[in-house]
Amino acid sequence: MTKKLKKMLYKIIAATVFFIAALLPLPEQICLACFALSYLIVGLPIIKKAVLNIKNGDVFDENFLMMVATFGAFAIAEYPEAVAVMLFFQIGEFFQSYAVNRSRKSISALMNIRPDFARTEQDGQWVEVSPDEVPSGSLLEIRSGERVPLDGVVTAGESSLDMSSLTGESLPRLVVKGDEILSGAINLGGILHIRTTGVYAESTVSKILNLVENASAQKARVENFITKFARFYTPVVVIVAVLLAFLPPLLIGAPLNVWLYRAITFLVISCPCALVISIPLSFFGGIGAASKCGILIKGSNYLEILAQAEIVVFDKTGTLTKGCFVVSNVLPEKISAAELLETAAHLEAYSSHPIAVSIRKAYGQEPDLQRLSEIKDCFGKGITGKFDNNEIILGNAKMMREAGIKIPEVPTCGTVVYVARNGIYIGCLLIEDEIKADAANAVRQLKKVGVIQTVMLTGDRENTAQKVSETLGLDCCFAELLPADKVQKFEELFLRKTAGGKVLFVGDGINDAPVLARSDIGIAMGGIGSDAAIEAADVVIMTDEPSKIAKAVEISKRTLHLVYENIVFILAVKFVVLGLGAAGMASIWAAVFADVGVSVIAILNAMRALRFYK
Amino acid sequence: MKKTFKLTDLDCAVCAAKLEDAVRTLDGIDSVSVSFMAQTMTIETSRNIDEIMPEVVRLAAKIEPDCEIILK
Repeated sequence: MTKKLKKMLYKIIAATVFFIAALLPLPEQICLACFALSYLIVGLPIIKKAVLNIKNGDVFDENFLMMVATFGAFAIAEYPEAVAVMLFFQIGEFFQSYAVNRSRKSISALMNIRPDFARTEQDGQWVEVSPDEVPSGSLLEIRSGERVPLDGVVTAGESSLDMSSLTGESLPRLVVKGDEILSGAINLGGILHIRTTGVYAESTVSKILNLVENASAQKARVENFITKFARFYTPVVVIVAVLLAFLPPLLIGAPLNVWLYRAITFLVISCPCALVISIPLSFFGGIGAASKCGILIKGSNYLEILAQAEIVVFDKTGTLTKGCFVVSNVLPEKISAAELLETAAHLEAYSSHPIAVSIRKAYGQEPDLQRLSEIKDCFGKGITGKFDNNEIILGNAKMMREAGIKIPEVPTCGTVVYVARNGIYIGCLLIEDEIKADAANAVRQLKKVGVIQTVMLTGDRENTAQKVSETLGLDCCFAELLPADKVQKFEELFLRKTAGGKVLFVGDGINDAPVLARSDIGIAMGGIGSDAAIEAADVVIMTDEPSKIAKAVEISKRTLHLVYENIVFILAVKFVVLGLGAAGMASIWAAVFADVGVSVIAILNAMRALRFYK
Repeated sequence: MKKTFKLTDLDCAVCAAKLEDAVRTLDGIDSVSVSFMAQTMTIETSRNIDEIMPEVVRLAAKIEPDCEIILK
């Protein structure tokens, strides 16, 4: 509890004591004195604020409403009511501040990735300094249980890292010398020494924190609407209350006391606090819950758009597929599969091409460089060389044709690497970009949360794209697109949606900028560590799982649902009690409930958003 | 340049909106956003931000005396 809140609580307790005393059967003067004391304790700050607002030329706000209502109640000698209105108003305010403070804390706890210190070397000793004092290229030591303070490369040691607060991924990641590690991860194992690759302000941690902290600066439409609404609504209510108090007595000579009472009831109910607090609170909670799942949403406005997602467009590589190649099939001709793979892996021993890497990985052993000679790289086609003194040619169909080697037709949607030994074809390797394990599930989940169409755009070959699309159950795919075609296809997709629907684009943040910019929401996958993606996208998915997109849509929908639920609930109760009050059927006590009680319920309801990550 | 400042004791979303509207009227402010939930004020200005801040602080003290802008 903050100092201010504590002070408020003491005031409320003191005022309550006096209020109860005033209700006891005591002599009248003492009762009145108790009422006055109670009123002054809780009411003075409100009156001060109302007066200050008037000075600033901004008359109508909730403080003004309360001041006028209680003055009115005193005027018609309804002392208990006058005090109760102020007292309960303050209790409501107290509860609001308390709830908001708590939500703020829970969200910082959800995003608890800020490192406390960095242990750096100074004069041969390890000293703890603040992470933002560490220059780039420093040597740091990270012990077991400590948070990685800055991004860096491991120079010594081996350990596993808990990345869950960064990516939501619960499996620890093994790191060894030479691996790049990200700030915010927790060292679970032994001591690691790292060399930092940047300063704190550029580190992953500060980028994420910045993003989340700035998220609420981008307000949702409903949020802006409600704040505006509140500012028109209050003056209107005051005018209606004044008319209510004086018109009937003036026109038909009705008793002023009765109508004044009704007008006061009207004023008390109309306080817009419940709305203006509970709505930003819901959005804040939704964004917090999403970050807990490894989904960074850059503003409440995006939460609103996500909830209306109708078409989700995926870029294939790096989004639905891993963007790295794997040998999916080995088709030997008259030799063993192992021998074919061994030969191919050796020929590719010096190459850093992704295909070469995938072949070496499939082989699984270090190539024996002694067995190789005369290796020659024919860029874009293949490699020739000697392996165990046999002439080997390895490459694509063109390479084989040029060498005059007969090759069979291989039906595939991936890349084919042919191998020939001493001029005779000995088999081929099929290499494919692996589909992410989570991708099919992601498509299903998206349908479940109400997305109507899932679309894939890719620069890849038609049959590759078709196969991926079928495997995943996508609604359609467009293949062999150049970057400019992608934008055009994307434009066409806009024609397919309904008026209120939104088009989401999911990419890996590389080369997607034009489409990201054109989409209603650009989502970058696996964005951690890539500045460009974090900059350009509206939503960043920190893990590699495309199913997080469905989660993001789900959280947004639930948050929006909560927001509308609250708006309807609050307005319904208020209007009913307003009507009853004007008709003389609701007392000031009912009005106090319609104001404070509704606020409390709405806020408790809004706080549920924080738990939407489950 | 764009900068975000922490606020203390900003009570409600309407107060945030009031503060926002007031600061927006200052000379040289391109955009301003006050978040009640995050208790932050984000200012974008074409002027030197350190020059403009005293004005912002003075204005804020007038509109919301309880709320303090933490300059750092």
